Amino acid sequence: MAKALRSKKSETAPADQFILHSLQQAHEAKRSYHATTEQMLDFYEQMLLIRRFEERAGQLYGLGLIGGFCHLYIGQEAVAVGLQSALKEGLDSVITGYRDHGHMLAYGIDPKVIMAELTGRQAGISKGKGGSMHMFSTSHKFYGGHGIVGAQVALGGGLALAHQYRGDGGLCLAYFGDGAANQGQVYETFNMASLWKLPIVFAIENNQYAMGTSTARSSAETEFYRRGTAFRIPGMDVNGMDVLEVRQAAEIAFRHVREGNGPVLMELNTYRYRGHSMSDPAKYRTREEVQDMREHRDPIEALKKLLIEKGKSEDELKDIDKRIRAAVSQAADFAESSPEPEPSELYTDVLVESY
Amino acid sequence: MGIELKMPALSPTMEEGTIAKWLKQEGDSIAAGDIIAEIETDKATMEFEAVDEGTLGKILIAEGTEGVKVGTVIATMAGEGGDASADISRAPAEAGASGGGEPSHEVPAFAGTQQKDEGDGEKAAAPGGAAQLAASAKAARDPEIPAGTAMKTVTVREALRDAMAEEMRADERVFVMGEEVAQYQGAYKVTQGLLDEFGPRRVIDTPITEYGFAGIGTGAAMGGLKPVVEFMTFNFAMQAIDHIVNSAAKTNYMSGGQMRCPVVFRGPNAAASRVGAQHSQNYGPWYASVPGLIVIAPYDAADCKGLLKAAIRSEDPVVFLENELVYGRGFEVPDTGDWVLPIGKARIVREGSDVTIVAYSIAVGLALEAAEELAGEGIEAEVVDLRTLRPLDKQAILTSLAKTNRLIVAEEGWPTCSIASEVMAICMEEGFDHLDAPVLRVTDEDVPLPYAANLEKAALIDTPRIVAAAKKVCYRG
Repeated sequence: MAKALRSKKSETAPADQFILHSLQQAHEAKRSYHATTEQMLDFYEQMLLIRRFEERAGQLYGLGLIGGFCHLYIGQEAVAVGLQSALKEGLDSVITGYRDHGHMLAYGIDPKVIMAELTGRQAGISKGKGGSMHMFSTSHKFYGGHGIVGAQVALGGGLALAHQYRGDGGLCLAYFGDGAANQGQVYETFNMASLWKLPIVFAIENNQYAMGTSTARSSAETEFYRRGTAFRIPGMDVNGMDVLEVRQAAEIAFRHVREGNGPVLMELNTYRYRGHSMSDPAKYRTREEVQDMREHRDPIEALKKLLIEKGKSEDELKDIDKRIRAAVSQAADFAESSPEPEPSELYTDVLVESY
Repeated sequence: MGIELKMPALSPTMEEGTIAKWLKQEGDSIAAGDIIAEIETDKATMEFEAVDEGTLGKILIAEGTEGVKVGTVIATMAGEGGDASADISRAPAEAGASGGGEPSHEVPAFAGTQQKDEGDGEKAAAPGGAAQLAASAKAARDPEIPAGTAMKTVTVREALRDAMAEEMRADERVFVMGEEVAQYQGAYKVTQGLLDEFGPRRVIDTPITEYGFAGIGTGAAMGGLKPVVEFMTFNFAMQAIDHIVNSAAKTNYMSGGQMRCPVVFRGPNAAASRVGAQHSQNYGPWYASVPGLIVIAPYDAADCKGLLKAAIRSEDPVVFLENELVYGRGFEVPDTGDWVLPIGKARIVREGSDVTIVAYSIAVGLALEAAEELAGEGIEAEVVDLRTLRPLDKQAILTSLAKTNRLIVAEEGWPTCSIASEVMAICMEEGFDHLDAPVLRVTDEDVPLPYAANLEKAALIDTPRIVAAAKKVCYRG
């Protein structure tokens, strides 16, 4: 739904208007990705893995096995899976904030080493020294996992600069939330990314609440996809609860970026079912609101329905769920039974070299 | 009535310049605002503009003359209806210069020379501002330099530029980004010539957006490049300190050693001259307190070159603190193809047996000067230049302390939670048995740096204060 709110200036600049709206128009013309049943099963499995993994992480937190901050991705699964399935593996880079478990799982990173990081064990992906918010996998070109709200946007600009500098044809996918979208450095990065035509996709996961503050209470412009307009960055308004819509939008956005046209700003409208972090009682919204989302907008249930329409049986889908539950249990067992880091690890990795 | 035209100060730190070109000739009539001459400073060629109307009398300094001190009378001018050849010595005059601009980001160019008449000799002779930080004392030859190495005199500014250029030639991943680094040739001319040689892909002008470009530089390092991020001054890096500390310094640790961040943040640090509190601060102690960072604060040109090259080659994030006041000073630098120094090693710049003066950056010059003065009174001071603030070369400090049994720290910065505080703690914890007197620190005063010349002078460290402290720990009045 292109909102017809244009300023005088853009009325006199139809070419700009075309660029700024062209992707949204393309998106509206074709919202859903034509996935094969195979692909749909794959999306289903990935989303379910994230869901079950996060549910288990929530349990382990309750048992005291995970400490500190732990931000769950439940409800937002379609965003990570839809976007990342469209990336070129081994070429493109991904960076995100502290709600990072889902993005890592969508990248095919082993749930065991993620869970072991959450429990702070030597076998964790950061040797237990990073925790929930600080996980990285350079081999997957996953660059974190950043705890400072908005920092990943500027860092993502740097990853994109590195792609451009090397001329490797890759792009950077930089995730951030509706809360981070109000940070100043985001707009500093928009400016430079557009000025230098950096190959970057800014993906705003709008889950409606910046911690406990709703977008309406924190943001003068709640249509986040419009926020690139001042920097000539085309925006896309995407239903983040529909994995096929996210994937289709990603096709359009990534193509635009790969063709050397500079950044794209995607707003993925989504919803987190759990609190901001494990310690959030979520008093700022009603139970009914959450329940309504779960019942009517759930991305996994929606895809499940579609798969059944395509002829998949309930039993087949149940088997997938069983398999995933088993994998998650294994990851949890691994994370619980792995030893803590050696005390000597305290002093390693501070610097790379010795001086 | 005659008017003296004096060599103007065209930047806060300018001490001398070159008369590049006279645009008016003797006898020419001049209107206010006319460009009379072009003057070349160490930073740029500036236009020298007339403030008063009149006729150009005598040109006293010929075109092409180098090293003309600020305040030197370069020409005389007759005022309206006056005679240019008349006695001009009592006439107050002011010569303006073009320049200025956005105050927080442009290197300020101050118009005009100081008025001066015969009765004001003493006041005019007392240098205002940070002139007291200039030192001419020479350091001992660096033992790292092999005997017989050819040396050439190079300014700190050129040494820094050469270091970047050499590393850029050697490693395609190295690039420079920052405000005015490319087309403008560097706000302080440190990146002069780099754009011409390496092009806009590797010498990137950024908008004025420190937080953003520090993040982009850090991200590019995470993505496998080796960025040199220039801050016009480290005062502006306050806007970017989150990326330096939270993004660059901690990532290797938080990733269990997976993620490198080989970025260099460099630029001028600490007090300049007469630029007031917001543009005059030493961030050495701030960055030196952060595990995961390398912090380098060299003094002379050879160290600047050798350590900047080492910083660029390092796989760790480096904060490289320069000093604007020494950019234009010449020092001997080994004339070898590849002059690289070890990070984390202090250097004895003067040997002595009676007292140790630990210093870094611009305070090294003052410490050397103090040492010369002390020698005249029979006290032999050993001067230790820390060069790297993190990791700190504890051993060099303790070894010198064991030799002299007395130690003071000279630091151009605030006293509280300073590098001096750290050195004192080290001496207490690990050198107590060698101490014959309490360690003293000689620093700036514990106030924001004032603008007024006399107050600025009072706030900043100087040689007499170092001398006094050294005598005190030697129990010499």
